Amino acid sequence: MTATNWQYAPAPESRDIVDLRSEYGLFIDGEFVEAQGGATFKTVNPATEEVLAAVSEAGAEDVDRAVAAARRAQTDVWGPMPGAERAKYLYRLARVIQERARELAVVETLDNGKPIKESRDVDVPTAAAHFFSYAGWADKLSHAGYGADPRPLGVAGQIIPWNFPLLMAAWKLAPALATGNTCVLKPAETTPLSALLLAEILQQIDLPPGVVNIVTGAGATGQALVDHAGVDKVAFTGSTSVGKQIQRALAGRPTRLTLELGGKAANIVFDDAPLDQAVEGIVNGIFFNQGHVCCAGSRLLVQESVLEPVMGHLKRRLGTLRVGDPLDKNTDLGAINSAEQLARITELTDSGVDQGAQRWQPECQLPDRGYWFAPTVFTGVSQSHRIAREEIFGPVLSVLTFRTPDEAVTKANNTPYGLSAGVWTDKGSRILWMAERLRAGVVWANTFNRFDPTSPFGGYKESGFGREGGRHGLGPYLAV
Amino acid sequence: MSDRLAVRKTYKLYVGGAFPRSESGRSYEIQSADGEFLANASRASRKDARDAVVAARRSFAGWSGRTAYNRAQILYRVAEMLEGRAAQFAEEVRQSEGLSRAKCAAAVGAAVDRWVWYAGWADKVSQIAGAANPVAGPYFNFSVPEPTGVVAIMAPQASSLLGLVSVVAPVIVTGNTAVVVTSEQRPLPAISLGEVLATSDLPGGVVNLLTGHTSELAPVLASHMDVNAIDLTGVESDRRTPLEEAAAENVKRVLPAPPDEPDWSADPGTRRLLAPLEIKTVWHPVGV
Repeated sequence: MTATNWQYAPAPESRDIVDLRSEYGLFIDGEFVEAQGGATFKTVNPATEEVLAAVSEAGAEDVDRAVAAARRAQTDVWGPMPGAERAKYLYRLARVIQERARELAVVETLDNGKPIKESRDVDVPTAAAHFFSYAGWADKLSHAGYGADPRPLGVAGQIIPWNFPLLMAAWKLAPALATGNTCVLKPAETTPLSALLLAEILQQIDLPPGVVNIVTGAGATGQALVDHAGVDKVAFTGSTSVGKQIQRALAGRPTRLTLELGGKAANIVFDDAPLDQAVEGIVNGIFFNQGHVCCAGSRLLVQESVLEPVMGHLKRRLGTLRVGDPLDKNTDLGAINSAEQLARITELTDSGVDQGAQRWQPECQLPDRGYWFAPTVFTGVSQSHRIAREEIFGPVLSVLTFRTPDEAVTKANNTPYGLSAGVWTDKGSRILWMAERLRAGVVWANTFNRFDPTSPFGGYKESGFGREGGRHGLGPYLAV
Repeated sequence: MSDRLAVRKTYKLYVGGAFPRSESGRSYEIQSADGEFLANASRASRKDARDAVVAARRSFAGWSGRTAYNRAQILYRVAEMLEGRAAQFAEEVRQSEGLSRAKCAAAVGAAVDRWVWYAGWADKVSQIAGAANPVAGPYFNFSVPEPTGVVAIMAPQASSLLGLVSVVAPVIVTGNTAVVVTSEQRPLPAISLGEVLATSDLPGGVVNLLTGHTSELAPVLASHMDVNAIDLTGVESDRRTPLEEAAAENVKRVLPAPPDEPDWSADPGTRRLLAPLEIKTVWHPVGV
């Protein structure tokens, strides 16, 4: 009996734990308020296209109110507060996220489309860990290597993407708050709900009003935040093209900037790599979170001598991936986050076929409603193909080959990006030799897509600048 | 016996370890602080700037791949060479900047000392900027600083030697390579510094020195897609915005630059040292 014959009974996580409101306002100065123009937008469940809630769309006046609230809170409350007290708020926050973990996981999966096992086991616990870790920095900043008494910058404007909504909010808020800054956070327009639930948690922990403000909206809201003269620091995670626009917009201004942008990571498999482990790593590298990962291992570089066994194993493994209801605990691949993203993935994969690469997809039934894309592998890919150069941000893997370690390094580095890379080999010295030469901010050896609050993360080249995580993550929020 | 006729020096560019004239054949007149003719300097063209980027890129792998100890030795050697020619440099600084002999000698001494200070950083910067990270899993996770790559430097306009050394040394000590646009009106000490660099075991291409018009060369380097970072210290602050906009095209790191030229004799701190660095984090498995 082969694995494909196994039938799984449905194992859906209950959504009863979530009590979504039909409408959400902006979170400004500790309260939910309507946008001044009264504009709203709808956020949908990408797995069903069901409308989840109507959310206020912040205009420039709303952003202005939020920045003013953040400024007051920074000057009067959060800045002067002893670090040990700020720490306790952040510890509280970490604890309540743990307590309400299941609720947060279900909301994340509903709004984003990612499998519940990922939101439950990765997004939410890692977010809690991030706040917990940075809480401890708040009263130890004078020991962090940034001078005897490092000062906060003031008000941070933070713009986050839709792929890890809660986790990205944690990566942005935790270091900013620990260092004494106050925040105006702009969640992605397709995934605002977990941030708004986080706002309720901030009320629950009695965080002083104005310390964190959340302005929901689309690109125009983000632009208003970037353009606001009262923002001392902008932190952005998202596409390289928007990152460049933001860097350009801030030219000539004293506003500090960090950018965490796109990637086209090489995942490099040597002939001595443990095959089963490597195949699991390849799958995790590109199909985790439907490939909506800036550091995804989207270019598989396989040593030529093991191409056949690797591809054989990989295809067999992909045949067992379960694509479907994100709330089902057995689901491996959830929904594509939006129709727009689905169109982009479709367009880029079509270009792969047009340019002569061979497309392969396992047999799988996609649901009728919602936004779905089957896991896809391209072979016969050359370095000049668009699918080898451009970030697809979807469950699409491009396979290339190499013969020597030098060739692997050259091909891996042949990209304007430099966010991450993976190396699979049994040889420790080769891991370190490769790691020295790969021009990327994170190198995973015999693993992929691992994150930890103490581990600095960020890019080289056009993948951005600045680091999030660990001691290094404090620097971008301090006047040093 | 009559006085012999002096042999005047021709000041050229320093690119890829050689001393070429500008490919454009252009030069411009350099005057002393009191308005006397000093020399004709090469006026580097946009093509010279692009050639310098190619030279800097070519030397990057080798230079960044040297051991920190070796880079320290070479920067220290630069200090030794500069010290040996202190009198010549003091005279060139005096001609360029018009300061008293004592002040010029002090500036040269400070420039020598700055090379020594940065030489010592080569094998220490990883220990202050790197880390071993206690991740929650079976991994040895460590972060190390690595050089950003090719750095374009608009050198200070006023301080012809000490200012120049203060912006170049912290960039190259960590393994970056540099394309430097020298002070436009005071370029002569820079070209003589090129002679020092060429005789200090510094590989050709690690530092490339372009004399010419900053306003002509800065836009080329700011928009160059193979330049990874740019220092706009030598550009007036009200002229930096378009350059910073151009720099965004390939997400260049715009290094922190003071609005006005600072007092270069002050303690440099670590800011310029740490700015052109990327932090790389490696997850190495632990197991038996």
